Amino acid sequence: MLILVTYDVSTVDVEGEKRLRRIAKACRNYGQRVQYSVFEVEVEPATWVALRQKLVDIIDSDHDSLRFYQLGAHGERRVEHIGAKRPVNLKGPLIF
Amino acid sequence: MRPLLNTLYVTTEGAWLRKDGENVVIDVEKAESGRLPLHLLSGIVCFGNVLMSPALMGHCCELGICVSFLTMNGRFLARVEGAVSGNVLLRREQYRCSDDPSRCAAVVCHILLGKIHNQRAVIRRAIRDHASSCSAAESGALVQADRGLAHIVERLHRTPDVDSLRGLEGDAARRYFDVFRNLIRVSDAGFQFEGRSRRPPRDRVNALLSFLYTLVTHDCRSALESVGLDPAVGFLHRDRPGRPGLALDLAEEFRSVLADRLALSLINRRQLRPTDFIVADSGAVTLKDDARKTVLVAYQERKREPLKHAFCGETAEIGLFPWLQAQLMARHLRGDLDAYPPFLWK
Repeated sequence: MLILVTYDVSTVDVEGEKRLRRIAKACRNYGQRVQYSVFEVEVEPATWVALRQKLVDIIDSDHDSLRFYQLGAHGERRVEHIGAKRPVNLKGPLIF
Repeated sequence: MRPLLNTLYVTTEGAWLRKDGENVVIDVEKAESGRLPLHLLSGIVCFGNVLMSPALMGHCCELGICVSFLTMNGRFLARVEGAVSGNVLLRREQYRCSDDPSRCAAVVCHILLGKIHNQRAVIRRAIRDHASSCSAAESGALVQADRGLAHIVERLHRTPDVDSLRGLEGDAARRYFDVFRNLIRVSDAGFQFEGRSRRPPRDRVNALLSFLYTLVTHDCRSALESVGLDPAVGFLHRDRPGRPGLALDLAEEFRSVLADRLALSLINRRQLRPTDFIVADSGAVTLKDDARKTVLVAYQERKREPLKHAFCGETAEIGLFPWLQAQLMARHLRGDLDAYPPFLWK
């Protein structure tokens, strides 16, 4: 299933910057960065439970926010892209 | 049902693959040209001069991602294998079966049943689709070949030993490839086909077929490894160091459906032209870089097509069928199934 993960992490202090990096890294392990704080992750439901918990554990809920948009099994059909930085279709042929 | 995972093909000379967290990163000339999460992949196929970091190799082995290295022309060079895993009891049963002539013959008989049935399906489809544009002689040859193959299928059941079965297979292959040229509907002189030739392929059709067979074998091999079978110990193919016997056995059922049909489509729809091939002075024929990509894209798309599995009754992407067959093979070896049910294309 495709899930859109967006986050806003307060970076007024060093701790915040650390959280930002850790969030980005965790998301990147499972999906691709489509914009600066926006990731599309394609995961199995079980993996998603683990990833979601990891993200929840990282953030400081007093200062940061996380938003998950469930796009479902055919999520790529619900997405339209305009402009630069076209993401890779991870389900299509992967030839580099 | 397991999802059909993707395969990463790297065809850029000098690309460097490395691991970053759970990602594979493709660097070309020190600039990042791709980054993919590993959990979406079931295989990585590297063509030509592609480098890979040991950390990534190790991680792929751990995740069960099959890594193969091929030459630019698709000839198999090496694969990366981690610690042997899977069920030792299953593997031992596989070796016992392979050593037992009568059990071995029973499996081989069913594999060939699948193979020849699927070859017939390719021919019959051509008869159906091109009946109007074929000359009487051509369609006569096709019908004749179809009958000949049907006759061989009947004889399979009465043949108890593996060597005679191999003989029947050779007979079937000859009949099939004798009419294969009739299935090529374009009249370009470049796409003449005079029978199979390999190492090296001596014409364009053979070059394309050989390339596709390598891809099919890679997929069959990873399917077998993922269910814990040893891809090296086959029933139809004799043991030889470095040869994935069982993967080749399994590939027999899929060659005509995944490779031959695709090759015909690519040629008949003019997605490939005679100019997409390089003919060396030695007579060896290979695909050009761009054409190779066209073939890879078509192959990946073909694998996405849904099909109903005759034995399981489930609908799945064709790309998952080698995996389903590997599972059925494992069940047969374990004794849960009386016989190995081959993949039969409708």
